[in-house]
Amino acid sequence: MPYFIFLVIFVVLPLLLILIYALQDGAGHFTLKNIAKFFSDGDSLSTFALSIEVAIENTALCILIGYPAAWILANKDLNRSAVTVVLFILPMWINALMRTLATAELFTMAGIQLGKGTLLFGMCYDYLPFMIYPIYNVLNKMDKSYAEAAQDLGATPGEVFRKVTLPLSMPGIMSGVMMVFMPTVSTFAISEFLTNNKIKLFGTIIQENINNSMWNYGAALSLIMLIIIGITTFLQGGDSEEAVSGGAI
Amino acid sequence: MMKTSTKLLSRIYIWLILIILYAPIVFIAVFSFTEAKSLGNWTGFSMNLYKNLFTGSMQNSSALLSAVENTLLIALIASLLATMLGTVAAIGIYNMKGRAKNVMTFLNNIPMINPDIITGVSLFLLFVFLRISQGYTTVILAHITFCTPYVVLNVLPKLSQMNPNIYEAALDLGATPGQALRKVMIPALRPGMISGFILSFTMSLDDFAVTFFTRGTIGLDTLSTYIYADARKGGLTPELKPLMTILFLIILVVLLVINIRQSKNNDKK
Amino acid sequence: MAKDERIINIQHLSKSFGDKKVLDDINLYVRRGEFLTLLGPSGCGKTTLLRMIAGFMQPDEGSILLDGKDIAGVPPHERPLNTVFQRYALFPHLDVYDNIAFGLKLKKTPEDEIDKRVRKVLKLVAMSDYEDRDVETLSGGQQQRIAIARAIVNQPKVLLLDEPLAALDLKMRKDMQIELKEMHRKLGITFIYVTHDQEEALTLSDTIVVINEGKIQQIGTPTDIYNEPVNAFVADFIGESNILKGRMIKDRRVAFIKHQFDCVDEGFGEDVPVDVVVRPEDIYFTTDPAKCQFKATVNSCIFKGVHYEMWVDTDTGYELMIQDYDPYPVGSEVMLYIDPDDIQVMKKERRSNVLSGVVKDEETIRIFDADFPIPNDFEPGTDVVVDVPFDGVELLDNLDEGVLNGEVHFILYMGNHYHLYVKTEDSDYFYVDTNDIWDKGDLVGIKLLPETIKLSKKDEND
Repeated sequence: MPYFIFLVIFVVLPLLLILIYALQDGAGHFTLKNIAKFFSDGDSLSTFALSIEVAIENTALCILIGYPAAWILANKDLNRSAVTVVLFILPMWINALMRTLATAELFTMAGIQLGKGTLLFGMCYDYLPFMIYPIYNVLNKMDKSYAEAAQDLGATPGEVFRKVTLPLSMPGIMSGVMMVFMPTVSTFAISEFLTNNKIKLFGTIIQENINNSMWNYGAALSLIMLIIIGITTFLQGGDSEEAVSGGAI
Repeated sequence: MMKTSTKLLSRIYIWLILIILYAPIVFIAVFSFTEAKSLGNWTGFSMNLYKNLFTGSMQNSSALLSAVENTLLIALIASLLATMLGTVAAIGIYNMKGRAKNVMTFLNNIPMINPDIITGVSLFLLFVFLRISQGYTTVILAHITFCTPYVVLNVLPKLSQMNPNIYEAALDLGATPGQALRKVMIPALRPGMISGFILSFTMSLDDFAVTFFTRGTIGLDTLSTYIYADARKGGLTPELKPLMTILFLIILVVLLVINIRQSKNNDKK
Repeated sequence: MAKDERIINIQHLSKSFGDKKVLDDINLYVRRGEFLTLLGPSGCGKTTLLRMIAGFMQPDEGSILLDGKDIAGVPPHERPLNTVFQRYALFPHLDVYDNIAFGLKLKKTPEDEIDKRVRKVLKLVAMSDYEDRDVETLSGGQQQRIAIARAIVNQPKVLLLDEPLAALDLKMRKDMQIELKEMHRKLGITFIYVTHDQEEALTLSDTIVVINEGKIQQIGTPTDIYNEPVNAFVADFIGESNILKGRMIKDRRVAFIKHQFDCVDEGFGEDVPVDVVVRPEDIYFTTDPAKCQFKATVNSCIFKGVHYEMWVDTDTGYELMIQDYDPYPVGSEVMLYIDPDDIQVMKKERRSNVLSGVVKDEETIRIFDADFPIPNDFEPGTDVVVDVPFDGVELLDNLDEGVLNGEVHFILYMGNHYHLYVKTEDSDYFYVDTNDIWDKGDLVGIKLLPETIKLSKKDEND
């Protein structure tokens, strides 16, 4: 079928090319040097570590702030208006770079030094809707009778949340994590803007290498990222499509 | 019933987040009414930036306007093609069974899981490998690549909601397979196709990384790459502020209208 | 019967999905203008047969003739047949009028003709004022009428109906049955109707085709099928019945429930095991000792609206169901008799499980890809016939204890025990007599009792 061919050409082949370029030197011979270079390069390694750290912190922050928000939005007693939900998604329609620049300016105006703190805050600001939306979707579709059944069986509101609502909303949290974690590791422009080029994330190094025609090393770095994606997807247990699809606007 | 204090607390929480979310946007909007070059510098109320934007009397007006034009055109073409491809693909996947279906679903998920930069770099390498010179076409192909899976995902649920017999009913009443697709399937799938299209369009509009890697060196700019280059040079084109404000208002109105109409429809049912 | 009376003629039709044979050598003809019903439990293959007639599926073997012509290669849109689908399949984006006009518009029928014909069928289905309505706002019964109208407006040679009333509630279903029958009469079109509801089939049909496990069990008029079921399956599936093990003593004399009865059946031979069916309304109470054939005690009595349904224990230890307009109190001793006409004697389909196996060693025989512990004197590798009586199969709650696992597929109550069909994962069957109560769909472990089994070397000529 045509779409299969399309996917092979535009998805599978390009990913294979990352692998091939990563394992070649400039002349096209097989080599492991590019991979070795990453593990012996202190700068790359520390950037990598920092990216993972920032991504974990950002993801955690997004869950902490986003989950209550999603819960409130999905709760019919607390929020009756679909418009409020739209208001949460709306900023995603504004150019992310422009929003980020404005955030950075706001920090500067308020006299806050651009650095890791502002990076985290700005990232969280950028990715929060991506966490709220899937969780909201799952909570909103969740059959209310589960919670009622738990109450009926003697669970307190706290227990209902811990033992029923939270476990049932895990798919939403997981797809939120997918939509926040990897993009955070890989952003390039946003981290530069938010820290005034003081902090580089992993995405920036990939971009610099590709832009400076160091394709093989850039591909090697991309390959490392792909492996991380593979691991996180595997840990997450497959597809997050349920929470993302349907009623996107 | 909820306690009033819980209600109040949750309302405050929601509004606090909304205020933070909208602060930068409001910030841009406010400073679109002053003439200063940099954000955050108020030099008195003025509509000059708006005037400049519409009369085109600014430094690199043609570059900015062509970036806007490119952004819209690329988004339109890419999301239209993605909608067509994605709809046909969804019908195909829906009718598959067992292994083939799993393989297709898996492949379809890859572009959605991949971060933009991986999609960008991998497609960049593809075009280098195939020796395709990069420009308009490659950017559109790249956008179709990351948009189509979302169309598939939006059309599939419509297929499973659809009465599985309506395609056969059309054949039964004398429609050829082509007529059945045109006259029955497409209309029944339309809501999914539309939301897939809108999602594609907005993702394409907002994309930076993929465009950045696949636009080549012919100086093709979309709004994102224009802003990026602008910011790297130091000093944004001031007219971006009114432009963003206007775009935001348009989107706000469109989304509110769609949603209010939708919730009215839901009430009716 | 004249050949051209057969509008549809199906010959040696077979169809498999993977390893599963869903239709097995179906031979059937449909007379012009008749109302024919394909009746069977879900999964019996009746819908598959209908879909092959409509052209949505191709048979693996055999042919379907329409007016004497093989329609194998004709795609559905070129077949002069129309279908009423199970859940209506109305086009949600079109209104009532456009749904009905869909087929005519495709045939480029002139506007005014379309208009005339749409109005006519709307009147026929009593939906005249609904032409502008959105189909999704209609009730189930109304959608049903539109679905029928959409099909018959094209004047098909044959109208195919796939469980059209299944989604309606009981009252609506009854009303629609009458209307369908009336429509069939008015239109004069041949109807092929698929249902799993035996009552619906009896009410509507000129001819009923009972299908089970992909095979035709019986073809006949509703009265034939009800009064003279050919096997235990048909007897059980159509109406209520007492199905009992019996023995043909000689022509016109049969023994069951340990009593002897006169009957009207001949030609079974002497002293031959048979199955006997007696409908519950055909067992009569009497106070005349001369008429009494056997005695029983009433153990339950339930009012069913028109009649009473009673279970009685016979003096010989069997349980029978009786329907009568008069109730008899629980615990009372009653005298009963059955008219010879009302005893339906059926050839036994099988008397035991005849399985083919391969000897693995002196302790084991391999049957259906499982190793059953059966002591034997044959050389390893010998092909043997394993004859297991119905009560030589043991069913176990604990699946792990069984050599093989299966699912209870079909249950017959035989008056003093149950007769079960147990289907293995590979669609092989064990037939089991048991006193234990199982439910349809129960998963069971299967064991064979070696002491009951008769082994013989497989005849080369078999």
